[in-house]
Amino acid sequence: MSDVALFSLDGEDVAFEPGETILQAARRAGRYIPHLCWHPEFAPHGSCRVCTVRAGGRMAAACTMKAAPGLEVESNTEELNAQRKTLLQMLFVEGNHFCPSCEKSGNCLLQATAYEMGMEGPHFEEFYPARPLDASHPDILLDFDRCILCELCVRASREVDGKNVFAIAGHGIGTHLVVNSESGLLCDTDMALTDRAASICPVGVILPKRRGFVIPIGQRRYDEGTAADADRQEAS
Amino acid sequence: MTAYPRQPNSLVQLLREAQAKHGWLPRPLLARLAGELGLSLAHVEGVASFYRFFHLQPVGRYRLLFSDNITDRMLGNQALMADLCARLGVQPGVMRSDGRVSVATASCTGLGDQGPALLVNHHQVVTRLDAQRVARIAELVEADVPPAQWPAEWSVVDDNIRRADVLLGSTLAPGEALAAASARGAEGTLEEVKRSNLRGRGGAGFATGTKWDLCRQAPGEQRVVVCNADEGEPGTFKDRVLLTRHADLVFEGMTVAALAIGATQGFVYLRGEYRYLLDHLEAVLQRRRHANLLGANILGRAGFDFDITIHLGAGAYVCGEESALIESLEGQRGTPRIRPPFPVEQGYLGRPTSVNNVETFCAAAHIALRGSTWWAGLGTPKSTGTKIHSISGDCARPGLYEYPFGTRVETMLVDCGARDTQAVQVGGPSGSCLSVSEFGRRICFEDVPTAGALMVFDRSRDMFEVARNFAQFFAHESCGFCTPCRVGTELVVRRMDKLAAGRGSRHDVEVLYELDKLMHGATHCGLGGAACNPLRDTIAKFRPSYERRLKSLHFVPGFDLDAELSEARAATGRDDAGAHLESSHE
Repeated sequence: MSDVALFSLDGEDVAFEPGETILQAARRAGRYIPHLCWHPEFAPHGSCRVCTVRAGGRMAAACTMKAAPGLEVESNTEELNAQRKTLLQMLFVEGNHFCPSCEKSGNCLLQATAYEMGMEGPHFEEFYPARPLDASHPDILLDFDRCILCELCVRASREVDGKNVFAIAGHGIGTHLVVNSESGLLCDTDMALTDRAASICPVGVILPKRRGFVIPIGQRRYDEGTAADADRQEAS
Repeated sequence: MTAYPRQPNSLVQLLREAQAKHGWLPRPLLARLAGELGLSLAHVEGVASFYRFFHLQPVGRYRLLFSDNITDRMLGNQALMADLCARLGVQPGVMRSDGRVSVATASCTGLGDQGPALLVNHHQVVTRLDAQRVARIAELVEADVPPAQWPAEWSVVDDNIRRADVLLGSTLAPGEALAAASARGAEGTLEEVKRSNLRGRGGAGFATGTKWDLCRQAPGEQRVVVCNADEGEPGTFKDRVLLTRHADLVFEGMTVAALAIGATQGFVYLRGEYRYLLDHLEAVLQRRRHANLLGANILGRAGFDFDITIHLGAGAYVCGEESALIESLEGQRGTPRIRPPFPVEQGYLGRPTSVNNVETFCAAAHIALRGSTWWAGLGTPKSTGTKIHSISGDCARPGLYEYPFGTRVETMLVDCGARDTQAVQVGGPSGSCLSVSEFGRRICFEDVPTAGALMVFDRSRDMFEVARNFAQFFAHESCGFCTPCRVGTELVVRRMDKLAAGRGSRHDVEVLYELDKLMHGATHCGLGGAACNPLRDTIAKFRPSYERRLKSLHFVPGFDLDAELSEARAATGRDDAGAHLESSHE
């Protein structure tokens, strides 16, 4: 074997190619660093912070930090997983997440990651924001209550579909997803069910209509495996 | 005035101009602008709604914003705002039904030495508000007198220079430092700045010469010099005075940087709160162009081409972070970028870009003229030169104080006439809070670093309320991009409010500790990382001011059942608040 660049993830060597981030290399090696806004098809975004690791002694997002030879990365530690749990709890309380009544339950990366991190409750007081849903489109429902601002739909619509259906607006705790049409409604866009943006959402914001519970609870993506599995680290 | 090209990069400037004309930004206007620039409406909406000074809903023709820094509060801004609202019959943050007026608060407007301050129509300021001025403002608004015709003395902004050293105490002739730099050549100038050990005045203290060198070395066709005049750190107002009195020096420093780096393009990113300085700054730029101190072949030096454009911010503290500032210059939401690449490698439009503080450029101009040895002889070995401090709060003589680095806090307190001081906040809310036992410490990068603010609190002040004001500031200014800052700053405010309402418990203080720890390591940029600094310092040093608010050492819910039942009572015509507390088995 020729010289392969290696870094250490929780004490085990991971090979990487020049330019790869810690998360890219770890993901390719089948290792699990929890993440929500990162997806292998897109450039790193760095907003959810769930992939935060300790690299060379300093906290860094594994999705944005480049791997380097000999770098020592800690990820699966009690401290970092506790921090991830807190970040997940923050995402849960800032939106309206009612898993038992959500069509995405069992296919939801937020829910699955929360299970992985041992989250048993919201911990913080819930914000209960008022976010009207958009059922205007014939084939697609938008339930903004569940948005975690990962911008995967924004990126997929722009970069894959070439449509720019979504954007982020507002600031601070009022940051929110908006739809690109004069009415602000999805029915006035050219979004189609076949768009990558229609299937990329890791939570239950963008849902196909008339397919509710076609796959029963108990047979869903994270019923049959976990978010830590090499083939289930993203929701789609 | 600058005519901004009708391109996507100018979006923030075009939105600002459109709002200045129409008062607010109606959706059809955003749609027209989007169409013209080839952008999506949602993108334009996203950019416009990012900035606190852009209005996507109608606002009053008179938009009155009270600066709401802790120093404004200490001077009574809250009572004055309540008085004005009562006189005008308006609720804070809600436009009056006739569309005449809106009253709200803004983050610190950079007038901490002459507050309470009011920002009028994002264009004009009123300093030293008092009950008489408030009463008269209400009359002028009701009589529909345009702000430009309000008493001129209200808008006088004093420089209040109390202690001048090399930067504030001398004036260079325009072109003097530049001629010296030109004689030394680009590399010679760069070496001189490196040897001076000048460090950035924005707070982080990165070596200026190294930054310029990295920018000079980075591959790229065109290089950019940016002056960060987004002086948003609450309690800081030194750059406002430098831009007022020493604008030539600032531009001279930028041009020296352009020579050293090989940059052709320059920007000043001026915070929107300083809009009233724009005409003056444009006039100085124009004068410098006529004097061949800007433009092509500057000072007759072939190929030395450089010019400066001023961009105005629109009320977003985070744009003081250099990569967010560059995003804003490009007409985007001011979200900090992923770094690396750093701006010196890929900045404005991907070009190598050096972003430096206003005061840094002033120092660089002096160094170009008087040399590195002179500069390095001032201050301390690791913090060379002088530093300008904006001093405000409980002191007899608030204003600007320039000291060599290494000066002790107690010296500054004596000079500004502070008495019975219990704490000073150095470097603004994202800096550090010092208690009496630490007043012997020295302001320098080796000990207590600063971005230039020093707020003084005497023993009558409640340090919990100071920390709560800062927590509200950070929540208001979070860009909303990353989870820990977006949600964490809001959770901190809610906990602090709960404590302030007397419903806190020891558990709430523990949660604040937990949030502080998380936000120090997990955020995307320094804003979130610093957001808990005041909390950490005040809990550690002024714990009694927290504990005095604890109703019980045990858990008390934040949920007020009686308040929640008020809607149901109203709907059923009941007026028996607290009825649920009575036993039903009496």
